[in-house]
Amino acid sequence: MRGDVRKPSRDYLVGFLCMLACIAIAPWVLYPLFLMRVLCYAIFVMAFNLLAGYSGLVSFGHAAFFGMGAYAAAWSAKNLGIPAEVAVAIGGLTGAALGVVIGWLSIRRTGIYFAMITLALAQLVYFFCVQVPFTHGENGIQQVPRLKLFGAIPLAGSMAMYWFTAGVFILCFLAVHRIIHSPFGKVLQAIRENEPRATSLGYRTKNYKLIAFVLSALFSGVAGGLLALVFGFATLESVHYTTSGEVVLMALVGGFGTVFGPLTGSLALSAMENYLAPFGSWVTVAEGAIFIAAVLAFRRGIIGEVMAKLKVSL
Amino acid sequence: MVMIFGVPAPLLLGQILLGLINGAFYAMLSLGLAVIFGMLNIINFAHGSLFMTGAFVAWMLLHYAGIGFYPALVLVPLIVGALGVLLERTIIAPLYKIDPIYGLLLTFGVALVIEGLFRNGYGSAGLPYEIPPSLSGGAQLGFMFLPTYRGFVVLAAAIVCFATWAIIEKTRLGATLRAATENAPLVRAFGVNVPRMITFTFAGGVALAGFAGVLAAPIYTVNPDMGENFIIVVFAVVVIGGMGSILGSIVTGFALGVIQGLTSVFYPEGADMVIFLVMAFVLLVLPRGLFGKVA
Repeated sequence: MRGDVRKPSRDYLVGFLCMLACIAIAPWVLYPLFLMRVLCYAIFVMAFNLLAGYSGLVSFGHAAFFGMGAYAAAWSAKNLGIPAEVAVAIGGLTGAALGVVIGWLSIRRTGIYFAMITLALAQLVYFFCVQVPFTHGENGIQQVPRLKLFGAIPLAGSMAMYWFTAGVFILCFLAVHRIIHSPFGKVLQAIRENEPRATSLGYRTKNYKLIAFVLSALFSGVAGGLLALVFGFATLESVHYTTSGEVVLMALVGGFGTVFGPLTGSLALSAMENYLAPFGSWVTVAEGAIFIAAVLAFRRGIIGEVMAKLKVSL
Repeated sequence: MVMIFGVPAPLLLGQILLGLINGAFYAMLSLGLAVIFGMLNIINFAHGSLFMTGAFVAWMLLHYAGIGFYPALVLVPLIVGALGVLLERTIIAPLYKIDPIYGLLLTFGVALVIEGLFRNGYGSAGLPYEIPPSLSGGAQLGFMFLPTYRGFVVLAAAIVCFATWAIIEKTRLGATLRAATENAPLVRAFGVNVPRMITFTFAGGVALAGFAGVLAAPIYTVNPDMGENFIIVVFAVVVIGGMGSILGSIVTGFALGVIQGLTSVFYPEGADMVIFLVMAFVLLVLPRGLFGKVA
C-alpha cells in the first residue's frame, strides 16, 4: 500500500496535461454517458485512495458515503429547487457527516479489523436505507433532474453534463493532489509507514486519521451525488457492499497510492463491465478473477507498474 | 396464555429458538474464521461462499447421486475441505509474507468467483432441500412447539463447536497448533511440518463452513446469496468477540443470535441492524473486543 510521494515534479505536470487532453477529446470518441460514469467512479476511487493508499487504512465500507451522497443529492435535487453544484455539495457534506461517525468508530482499530468494521457499519447503513421511506426501497429515487449549473446553464444535454462532470473531477483531482502534497499529507504517509514513530514525534495520529477519513468520505459523497445527477436516479445498489468491493478493485487495478491510478482503474473496470454486461453474472466472476490476479501478480497496479518501468512518479 | 414482558411465551421462546439457530451458524462460521486467522493471519472473506458451496454440494449429492442428508454431513465437509486445500496451496500460500490486508482482498475475489459461478449455474431463485424424514415433525413441549430439525441443528452445532474447542485446547495436536500460532519458526525447528499444518488448518476451518452449509440447506433455500448474507454479520461477530479465544467466538456467536431473536420480537425493524449496533457499542467501550488479546 505505498504511494511514493517525492517532489511533485515534471512527471506530474506532463501526466496532468495528458489527462486534460484525453478528457477534452474523449467525448468525441466514446459515449459521454460511459465517460461520465468513469469520471464519477474515478472521483470515488481517488477518495478511497486518499485513505487506503496514503493513510494505509483500507476501508471495505465506502459504499455508505457514496450511496448516502447519491441519495442526499437526488432527494434535494428533486425537492429543493437548487442549482446542480449545490446538489453535488449536499451529497459531499452528507458523506462527510456520515464519515465523522463511522470514522470516529472505526479508526479505533487498524488493518483487517478496520476493514471488517467499516464493512459492518456500511451494512448497517444499507439496512437503514432499506427501511427508511425517503429512499423508496427497491425502486430508489427516480427521475432526478440534472438541474442547472449556477441556476442558469441547463445540464440536461449530455455534452453540457459531461463538461460539468469533467469540471468537478478536475477540481477533486487538484484538491486531492494538494492534500497529498501538503504537510498534512506527509504526516498521513508517516503514520502509514510507522504509526508509533509518528506518535513519538508528537503527532496526534488519531486526529490525522479521522480528518483523512472525513475528507475521503466527503469526496465519496461528491462522487455519489454527481452520479445520481448523471443517471437521474439513486438506488440501493450504490450503498450495497458490492459497490465497496468495486472501488477497492478499481483502486487496486489502477495502483494504490498513485495519483493517476484511480482514473486508470475506473476506466479499465468500467470498460470491462460494459463489454461483459450481456453475460450477466460472468461480470462478477471476471471481477473476482481480476482481484485474485491483481493480488497475486501485480499488486502495484497498472500505474504502479508503469512507474517502475519508466522510473517516473505518477 | 403465559405472557413474558407482555409477549406471549410461545412467540418469545420461538424467536429465541430461531435466534439460537442463527447463533449456531454465527458460532460455527466465526469459529472457522478465528481458527484460520490464528494460524494464517488471514481473514477469509470466502468463508461465506464456502458455506454456500457446502449447501449446494449437499443439494447436488441428493439430486445427482441420491446421497442423502446424513452421509452429506460427512462428505460435504470433506469436499469443501479438499477445495480449501486446493485454494490454500495455489493462491493463498504466496501471501503469507505480505500485508494481511491482501489476504482479505484475494479471498474477496475468491468469494466473487464462487458466487458468480453458482449464480450462472443455478440462478438466484434458490433450490429447496427437504428435511430428512427422520428429523421432520416436532415435539410439543407444553410451553412451545419444538420442530425436531431445529433442535437437531442447535445440538449438532454445539457438539461440533465443542469438539473443535476440545481438539485445539485439550489434545497434543492442538497444543502443537497453538505453539505454531505463537512461534512458527521455533515449532519448525522441532521438526514439525508447519506448512502442511497450515494447509490442514485452513482446510479444517472451511470444512466447518461446509458442515454449517449442510445444516443450513433445509432451513434456508439453497441460493447463491446465502453466504454473503451471513459473512458480514459474522465479521461483526468476530469484531465483537475478538479473535483471541476459541471459546469466546463460540459464546459470542450463540449470544448474538439470541440477541437478534429477541430484537425481532420487540422491534422487528431492528433485527437486521442490532448486531452491527452491538458492534459499534463494543468498539466504544472495549475496542479490542470481549475476548480479544492486544492488537
